[in-house]
Amino acid sequence: MAFPHRPDAPELPDFSMLKRLARDQLIYLLEQLPGKKDLFIEADLMSPLDRIANVSILKQHEVDKLYKVENKPALSSSEQLCFLVRPRIKNMRYIASLVNADKLAGRTRKYKVIFSPQKFYACEMVLEEEGIYGDVSCDEWAFSLLPLDVDLLSMELPEFFRDYFLEGDQCWINTVVQALHLLSTLYGPFPNCYGIGRCAKMAYELWRNLEEEEDGETKGRRPEIGHIFLLDRDVDFVTALCSQVVYEGLVDDTFRIKCGSVDFGPEVTSSDKSLKVLLNAEDKVFNEIRNEHFSNVFGFLSQKARNLQAQYDRRRGMDIKQMKNFVSQELKGLKQEHRLLSLHIGACESIMKKKTKQDFQELIKTEHALLEGFNIRESTSYIEEHIDRQVSPIESLRLMCLLSITENGDARCSLDTHYGPEHLLTFSNLRRAGLLTEQAPGDTLTAVESKVSKLVTDKAAGKITDAFSSLAKRSNFRAISKKLNLIPRVDGEYDLKVPRDMAYVFSGAYVPLSCRIIEQVLERRSWQGLDEVVRLLNCSDFAFTDMTKEDKASSESLRLILVVFLGGCTFSEISALRFLGREKGYRFIFLTTAVTNSARLMEAMSEVKA
Amino acid sequence: MDCYTANWNPLGDSAFYRKYELYSMDWDLKEELRDCLVAAAPYGGPIALLRNPWRKEKAASVRPVLDIYSASGIPLASLLWKSGPVVSLGWSAEEELLCVQEDGAVLVYGLHGDFRRHFSMGNEVLQNRVLDARIFHTEFGSGVAILTGAHRFTLSANVGDLKLRRMPEVPGLQSAPSCWTALCQDRVAHILLAVGPDLYLLDHAACSAVTPPGLAPGVSSFLQMAVSFTYRHLALFTDTGYIWMGTASLKEKLCEFNCNIRAPPKQMVWCSRPRSKERAVVVAWERRLMVVGDASESIQFVLDEDSYLVPELDGVRIFSRSTHEFLHEVPAASEEIFKIASMAPGALLLEAQKEYEKESQKADEYLREIQELGQLTQAVQQCIEAAGHEHQPDMQKSLLRAASFGKCFLDRFPPDSFVHMCQDLRVLNAVRDYHIGIPLTYSQYKQLTIQVLLDRLVLRRLYPLAIQICEYLRLPEVQGVSRILAHWACYKVQQKDVSDEDVARAINQKLGDTPGVSYSDIAARAYGCGRTELAIKLLEYEPRSGEQVPLLLKMKRSKLALSKAIESGDTDLVFTVLLHLKNELNRGDFFMTLRNQPMALSLYRQFCKHQELETLKDLYNQDDNHQELGSFHIRASYAAEERIEGRVAALQTAADAFYKAKNEFAAKATEDQMRLLRLQRRLEDELGGQFLDLSLHDTVTTLILGGHNKRAEQLARDFRIPDKRLWWLKLTALADLEDWEELEKFSKSKKSPIGYLPFVEICMKQHNKYEAKKYASRVGPEQKVKALLLVGDVAQAADVAIEHRNEAELSLVLSHCTGATDGATADKIQRARAQAQKK
Repeated sequence: MAFPHRPDAPELPDFSMLKRLARDQLIYLLEQLPGKKDLFIEADLMSPLDRIANVSILKQHEVDKLYKVENKPALSSSEQLCFLVRPRIKNMRYIASLVNADKLAGRTRKYKVIFSPQKFYACEMVLEEEGIYGDVSCDEWAFSLLPLDVDLLSMELPEFFRDYFLEGDQCWINTVVQALHLLSTLYGPFPNCYGIGRCAKMAYELWRNLEEEEDGETKGRRPEIGHIFLLDRDVDFVTALCSQVVYEGLVDDTFRIKCGSVDFGPEVTSSDKSLKVLLNAEDKVFNEIRNEHFSNVFGFLSQKARNLQAQYDRRRGMDIKQMKNFVSQELKGLKQEHRLLSLHIGACESIMKKKTKQDFQELIKTEHALLEGFNIRESTSYIEEHIDRQVSPIESLRLMCLLSITENGDARCSLDTHYGPEHLLTFSNLRRAGLLTEQAPGDTLTAVESKVSKLVTDKAAGKITDAFSSLAKRSNFRAISKKLNLIPRVDGEYDLKVPRDMAYVFSGAYVPLSCRIIEQVLERRSWQGLDEVVRLLNCSDFAFTDMTKEDKASSESLRLILVVFLGGCTFSEISALRFLGREKGYRFIFLTTAVTNSARLMEAMSEVKA
Repeated sequence: MDCYTANWNPLGDSAFYRKYELYSMDWDLKEELRDCLVAAAPYGGPIALLRNPWRKEKAASVRPVLDIYSASGIPLASLLWKSGPVVSLGWSAEEELLCVQEDGAVLVYGLHGDFRRHFSMGNEVLQNRVLDARIFHTEFGSGVAILTGAHRFTLSANVGDLKLRRMPEVPGLQSAPSCWTALCQDRVAHILLAVGPDLYLLDHAACSAVTPPGLAPGVSSFLQMAVSFTYRHLALFTDTGYIWMGTASLKEKLCEFNCNIRAPPKQMVWCSRPRSKERAVVVAWERRLMVVGDASESIQFVLDEDSYLVPELDGVRIFSRSTHEFLHEVPAASEEIFKIASMAPGALLLEAQKEYEKESQKADEYLREIQELGQLTQAVQQCIEAAGHEHQPDMQKSLLRAASFGKCFLDRFPPDSFVHMCQDLRVLNAVRDYHIGIPLTYSQYKQLTIQVLLDRLVLRRLYPLAIQICEYLRLPEVQGVSRILAHWACYKVQQKDVSDEDVARAINQKLGDTPGVSYSDIAARAYGCGRTELAIKLLEYEPRSGEQVPLLLKMKRSKLALSKAIESGDTDLVFTVLLHLKNELNRGDFFMTLRNQPMALSLYRQFCKHQELETLKDLYNQDDNHQELGSFHIRASYAAEERIEGRVAALQTAADAFYKAKNEFAAKATEDQMRLLRLQRRLEDELGGQFLDLSLHDTVTTLILGGHNKRAEQLARDFRIPDKRLWWLKLTALADLEDWEELEKFSKSKKSPIGYLPFVEICMKQHNKYEAKKYASRVGPEQKVKALLLVGDVAQAADVAIEHRNEAELSLVLSHCTGATDGATADKIQRARAQAQKK
């Protein structure tokens, strides 16, 4: 059932080193402030921090109490305050208000700000403007790579997507560059580099400059990873917008996997408590079903349950000695497996319940129709109804975007955003980022908007028109789809139990664009012959290949591929590439700014009232 | 070998002193040395002469000339002295020439006569004039001590970090002291001075009288005093021709000597070697040079010419118009080997090697002799060491040859010392060359270190030699070649007669991509010389943008800096430039600059959004970007304003902006929002409850839920909500209320634009099967089966499906048939299917 790796599949490098590095650095920073101190942690950093150093480690280094950075006055009575934050202006203002309040009260404490993964000049400037630059000491915790799994590294920077693709802020590129640099110092140089997208190209060039400046370190090292592929999220929005049907993706869509772990609520655990479960390759049950199409999962789990029962049943015929053996050696493992199994069955049930309620089949059908480009009228009316029924704003926006991109902006349906004011601001953001496209640049009002204009009365309506000034990005999804054969021709039923291609992650209806590009480029070892596709992707200037002539790389390493998703990747894409790896004898390693899904993309684009 | 020790002079029983020529000077001096102020830097450093000083009442109209020569007499610089009278000259540890003027100003010149800077020794000095001054060397650098006309001392222990110290007064001092010197003990500078028969020691706090132990009686005045190179020893010369030698702490006497010459000596300096037990001072009169130490006899030399003594770490340099000599104690190793009839292992080895060259079997005898004593290792070491102390390359070679010869008979002799000595000697011989003129001894060289020697070569602009040495010694590039090339480039940019292009090209050709070379440093130097264009050209070669930008800003090329920063992709750098620009330019220009740089603009906008909202508005205003301005006000309408009037006003401003932007749609939408806000306010007043900030949809829903159907409909009409939506909306709201009666009335009000299936669905959602059934009958034929299945009427659904002869519907119904209850229905469907297939 679970696909075993080909016997010749290469070993993955050991990424736990990254964790140790990060932990040691953090401890070093904490020790810089000797004595008892209270630690203020930004909410976004809590989960990643937990994966690096748990509370007892922090306590060992004299962290007294832990607080969350939020807009409330701090109650800490410690003489030393340490802030662990992302470099955001908002945080600086919070710290400034705290320090200034102390000053007013005539209190002197020691303050230390640790920026992760790096500090920005703008932050220091705000500290200066607020008049507390001299009162705090600043440090950097260069923690940019969190190994979530044996083959998945996350930078845990979900804001990358919005900051770069919407606001045009390049501040995180440097962080990416530093992360790549770290990888090449630890795991040797990358002999073959490919990439597509504006950000990918920029990051790559900056990274190369950095390597050249500091050369000597990586020179002469044997490469451990043979290829690196950098990819901008905006090259392929479609895949990220689709509903996921592979188990791991579905869990993410339903329960939200956060930093490699998920909170299963009472409805899953069938008790009155929520349970935090780490989802990775160490969970044997999960490891076998994570990449499976959901329709197979139930069958697999029940088979597994039967096996388990059989193993339990073995004890009936045992004598004392065998029983002793069984209890001491196998029972614990079985119990563990049992616990996991019941959890995943619970999760499956819960997913089934939710998905049938919302006409999941209908939804999937519409999505497939959009991807394949038939029955547009039906799909549009489905979306319309979706909106009329006010099901969920995020969901509606997602479908609208999908429609708009796949139909190249030819979305002649009446869209209305009567979900509340904030989502109207979102509308313009989507446009600017290219998630909603226009049919032809220069058309001031598309059909969509002219309809909207009649209906909208929400205060933020004006935001829609922001998009008029922004450059219209044309999507050529249909043409690309044809060129790359993204919609597999199926004769008869697509057997999801024995997948034939990467399309299985979308029930056999669609091969993820991003993964297909990677496949094609790896096959050719360059972009040769893909000129037309690159042109259609509007990336003519941003596709690159760079190979070093040295053939120091072992054949083992040449089958290891690091894929870097700038702006996030979905679990479906990960599953698809894992599948591709098994087929071709590669192993893929994923480096992403954050694991994302359609809902997260939409939320990132949303204007939320502060 | 007899002649080799000819210039050795014994002093007492245990020590020999020798004097040999370093260079014959052809510096072609016009004046006598005695007519000049002279300063010679230690460690084979340069010599400065200031001719025609003011102390002679000559024609004041003639400007004196300051000449700087290398130790071999090659002129390095010559300049007319245009400032005030100079009292004293001296070299700092960095080989800068310090000229102390009578008014207390100290002028600092480089080796090539380039003026560096000047500083003053304080007001007190300015008022009382300088009587005498000394430049001395301490651990921290170089110090200046000054005796003023008021017989007070002022000193600074480090001219690099100028801190003036005025020393305490010496009680009862009426005239200038007969002699004085600066002493440096325990990292503190003191002054030792002699007044008549008394000696005083001045430190920061106090003046104390001191007496040297064991001083011969009858002294009425001290004529000269000398401190050793390391400040450890002190020598005093009295008016009785008596010399006292002891420690500088004046706690111990080493020896004394009576030379019976009462004339005050011209100079007295120590001549001793580190780690030697012998102490000796060299005393010079006009025509006589005397080496005295712990012995009854002294060594005497006749001086043919006016000479000047330069104390060194391990000896004394003596230069005159025609020669430059070095006088030192013969080092132990040399003494062992060359002493007449020496049987030291080194001496035997040297002899053995010579015999070997002559192909004489005596070589073997000598070798055997050494080996029998087991002293071969020692012999080799002695030869190597002695080679280091020899000045003549021939002698170095023969000693090294002997060492190498001896080495052959040793099993495990580590080669390092031999190899290093060869390398060191090669370097030393190179810098001792007449053209270079740095007569370093081996001990001095080791004390100085190769890094400092390279610095000194660079200072003398001897770049090729410096690079050759680096390459020869295989120094790491960053410390060696790159550093020197960078210095060369910095010198190159100062050549004003060469065009910018040529200089830039020449520099790039030489430096290329040499690691460790910072083009920005060179560019900074070019800018320092006022060559901005050249600096910009050089910066082009700088690969690190982080290094380019600060200098560009300094050169006021802010716009170029901005584009460089943007190229670098480093947002911090961009921000630095932005901030700089913001302060430097007026607001309008600043915004204009931003407008051409979208990346910088978006960065700045991001910052303004959080920190300076007003600036953001100005930014849009400046650009006539009414569109963004409108959006800005809309955001303000809910983020910044609290009162409803304020919010409406903000929206009005936004609407105006949208009109200006010719965006009718947005303007209309904004106006609608204003209308909605006002209306919601009125609703709140009239009906109570919370309406503000609800969307239109939610407002209508709330009204229905509150039972205000009329108002709801009015609102829907006012804002032209489409029928379909209104039906959905009402349907959901009424079902939520479970107002089945009203729902039924509503369903009958006219034909439903959304069909009746939603009615069925929504009733079932509220678990009202009874109501659901009512609507199921009204569902259109296409959706009838679905509706019937929803209400659970499988049988009827089957009938309809069969009637429709729709395969998909049939299977749908079939999938709903569960267990026994629907067995009959299932059969029925199967039959119908079979029938359909028959047909």
